[in-house]
Amino acid sequence: MAARKFVELSAVRIPADATRRSTERKEITVTTAKLPPIPGTTPFDGEQAKKGYALNKMCFSFNSADCRAEFLRDEEAYMKKYSLNEDQAAGIRARDVLGLIRAGGNAYYLAKFAGILGLNMQDIGALQTGMTVEQFKAKLAAYA
Amino acid sequence: MAKIVGMLTTSHVPAIGGAIAKNLQQDAYWKPFFDGFLPVRKWLDEVKPDVAVVLYNDHGLNFFLDKMPTFSVGAAREYHNADEGWGIPTLAPTRGDIDLSWHLINNLVERDFDITTCQEMLVDHAFTIPLKLFWPQSPCPIPAVPVCINTVQFPLPSAKRCYALGEVVGDAIRNWDSDKKVVVIGTGGLSHQLDGERAGFINKDFDLKFMASMIDDPKWATQFSIHELVEKTGTQGVELVMWLAARAAVKGKVRKVHSNYHIPISNTASGLMALEALE
Repeated sequence: MAARKFVELSAVRIPADATRRSTERKEITVTTAKLPPIPGTTPFDGEQAKKGYALNKMCFSFNSADCRAEFLRDEEAYMKKYSLNEDQAAGIRARDVLGLIRAGGNAYYLAKFAGILGLNMQDIGALQTGMTVEQFKAKLAAYA
Repeated sequence: MAKIVGMLTTSHVPAIGGAIAKNLQQDAYWKPFFDGFLPVRKWLDEVKPDVAVVLYNDHGLNFFLDKMPTFSVGAAREYHNADEGWGIPTLAPTRGDIDLSWHLINNLVERDFDITTCQEMLVDHAFTIPLKLFWPQSPCPIPAVPVCINTVQFPLPSAKRCYALGEVVGDAIRNWDSDKKVVVIGTGGLSHQLDGERAGFINKDFDLKFMASMIDDPKWATQFSIHELVEKTGTQGVELVMWLAARAAVKGKVRKVHSNYHIPISNTASGLMALEALE
């Protein structure tokens, strides 16, 4: 793969099993690879999962109609209940999908928030790409 | 011993559930998608599988980030669908096959897949919609066993690892002491991306190459890392790992019963394949 040349490898040597007798000690190599970024894409990795936990937990609750209704009754109180941080709360208030992704939101949980707002995936696509919904649909159809 | 009759793979976009509920199968937008299933249903009427094993990915109905198993296997008598929050109708429960579930679980662990077992498991659109597409009657007339692969939280299992999982699932079915006919289903894909500035990304060339590989070069896509698959097929395009696992389960030569590829369904390049096992 051409992309491979961008991969930076760093190796950390750690004892395989520190509790074993020293004569049996072996070393294993743990490799962490820094992957080349994919433009416009934020893989939902451990960093994102840590950052976005409260936001995603709130959005996960939207599987329940009662929770959706509770959110709509008082958005601020509901966000507080889930301890959203300021970036996450600002993203929810502004219906800012890209901001919510930056704040650790995962596409599948955020889609449940979009469902509350009555937005479908083309609406969400348009919001994220700065297009009108018609332009976004035309972009999809153009791949055919 | 049980027999694998073949495999079915399809996209599983939630909007399909909405279209079914509104009877939009003949609508100009949906017709090219739904018509693809007619020859597949005809084949299913002929081969009459007794049970399905469904490889799919949960999208935040059964699993949340508090506990996210890489591979999980259902071991319930019945699998319930539920409100997923995005307004698609909840479908009728699907019967399970407990005997096959535990046979798969025992075989997978025996062969070093440290799976999570689920005696209660909600199944989302990625499980229910494909069954509805293949068997439109309600409830689904045959029992099914869900096998779930994490595609929500990275690191995801590699394409190679998912293929290996499918191989064990296939071997397990073939050594299951039963006279049942089993169909293996893989759901998801093909190329699409829901999130980020790159939302709406589709890669037709890759999808068509991948579908061709399903027939006579099934390991082709296992050469790619998850990162490379995201780059080539979009964040959600990685769901093709379910297709790989299903194909690995069938093993050996296959005959193409039918395939269909249509852009777009919602934000997705939709793919459908029915392959009959020849060995």
